[in-house]
Amino acid sequence: MDWTALGLSLRLAGWTVALLLPVSVLVGRLLAYRRFAGKGVVEALVMLPLVLPPTVFGFYLLLAFGRGAPFGDLWQGLVGRPLVFSFEGLVLASVIFNLPFAIQPAQRGFQAIPPEVREAAACCGMSPLRALWHIELPLAWPGVMTAMVLTFAHTLGEFGIVLMVGGSIPGETKTIAISIYDRVQAFDNRGAGIMSAVLVAISLAAITLTYALSARVGRRLG
Amino acid sequence: MALDVDLRAQAPIPLDLGFRVAPGEIMALVGPSGSGKTTILRAIAGLWRPEAGRVAVGAEVWLDSARRRWLPPHRRRTGLVFQNYALFPHMTALGNVMAAMDDPTPDGAARILGLVNLGGMDARRPAELSGGQQQRVALARALARRPLALLLDEPFSAVDRATRVRLHEEVLALRAHLSMPVLLVTHDLSEAERLADRIAVIEQGRIVAEGAAHAILSDAAALRVLGLEDAISILPALVAAHLPGGLTRLEGPTGPLLVPALALPAGARVQLRVRSADVLLSRSPVTGLSSPTVLAARIEALTPGQGALLVRLRAGASVISCRLPLSGAQVLGLSPGEAVHAVLTDPVVTELPG
Repeated sequence: MDWTALGLSLRLAGWTVALLLPVSVLVGRLLAYRRFAGKGVVEALVMLPLVLPPTVFGFYLLLAFGRGAPFGDLWQGLVGRPLVFSFEGLVLASVIFNLPFAIQPAQRGFQAIPPEVREAAACCGMSPLRALWHIELPLAWPGVMTAMVLTFAHTLGEFGIVLMVGGSIPGETKTIAISIYDRVQAFDNRGAGIMSAVLVAISLAAITLTYALSARVGRRLG
Repeated sequence: MALDVDLRAQAPIPLDLGFRVAPGEIMALVGPSGSGKTTILRAIAGLWRPEAGRVAVGAEVWLDSARRRWLPPHRRRTGLVFQNYALFPHMTALGNVMAAMDDPTPDGAARILGLVNLGGMDARRPAELSGGQQQRVALARALARRPLALLLDEPFSAVDRATRVRLHEEVLALRAHLSMPVLLVTHDLSEAERLADRIAVIEQGRIVAEGAAHAILSDAAALRVLGLEDAISILPALVAAHLPGGLTRLEGPTGPLLVPALALPAGARVQLRVRSADVLLSRSPVTGLSSPTVLAARIEALTPGQGALLVRLRAGASVISCRLPLSGAQVLGLSPGEAVHAVLTDPVVTELPG
């Protein structure tokens, strides 16, 4: 059992969820309520990581993060450390490839709120921020929660992009999914089996938790 | 403070109208669906922005396109009751009311719920309330905002008939607490007549008729907009005396008026309602008819309608609409200004309060 890899994966998933939570709420809400030019393009871009092969996506990220690329150089200049093959690079890649999982369910959650309920909030004197906090978030919460659980579980299991962008540096970029692959390569099926089982258990627990919470919210709203 | 509204728009719905509602006055906007009634309320609440116009309550200006002033809905003190209530489903009745209060306290919210006869339901969520109860919560929430204008968008359309009648009575009882201008959107003319001091008939974003309920009900053109064939005239009268032979004498707008015996004391205020098809005209005084109710009137206007002649009569301060078959009208050869005797064949007499 590679505890370092598991810890790293959990840390990566935690950071990804923390960074994507505001993105999920803001972009999900924007796509749910607003109409603007190029909305279709934005929605397609958000969904792109879902249809691209992870290795292809990882390859492009590797190029963009690397030395010589504007973004990679900018990061190196600001932080003093290269982005590729680092934990920060992994977090950034993870944030990008989880965009569809983080935004889509939240968008559906916000869309499910009847427009007149949001209008009623405004007519009750609530500013947009207060309406978001007191009305929209409590009602869209099952969607946002689903988004975060999917993001968490998906980050734990991602392999192709992590390998392309992060390599496999123990304690820095070697996640549990990569560790499982390493164990199998080393004919250590028992180690791979234990880690796989742990991953299954964590994912199952996360999904069960969302369903239980959504059901409770559903009962509350009747 | 009075509510002043002036709205102009081309799309998505044409609007070109203006009106003023006095403090404490209930004005009803009636019209066919798609006429722009709800859009007017939404423009006042700030949920929709017209191309041009002005909305103000007293000195407080919410919209003035000439001065590029526009306040977002949460900065306008309006109480809006939505057609399907739009209650916050995750909050209790009490929570819904508190959400609209400036200084929310459970006691204050409970008091407002008591005002709409919803005491004891504080802890229920909207899903656990009946349609009529949800409607009351929506009204309480609108009042909790302490609105400068109360806007009711078909608030009684989603409840059953019996509940609607009860809610009408409750709203009338609540009127003592309503010191702000009230706008009621409805497609139900009888509801407008019951609740409103004044009615505006809206067609394609314009006011085609405006006035007291009895004036609108006797306005055949306004009623056609509402898809109603038959105008109804309303005449005020006082019970004068009970006569032998099963008759009651009323003091009507142009003198005594006989009706079948009423079980009301002398001095009681009543109103007569008569459909325009139930009015007959005669040039000479008539007696011995099966209907005793005859009054003197003068012809104000004659309008040819489909297979009928629409006659507007003036009797004192009242207007009576009369719908004559074309054949009968030709026999009489009526002309405006002429004095006639109007026979009301089937008047409905109801007592007025006070």
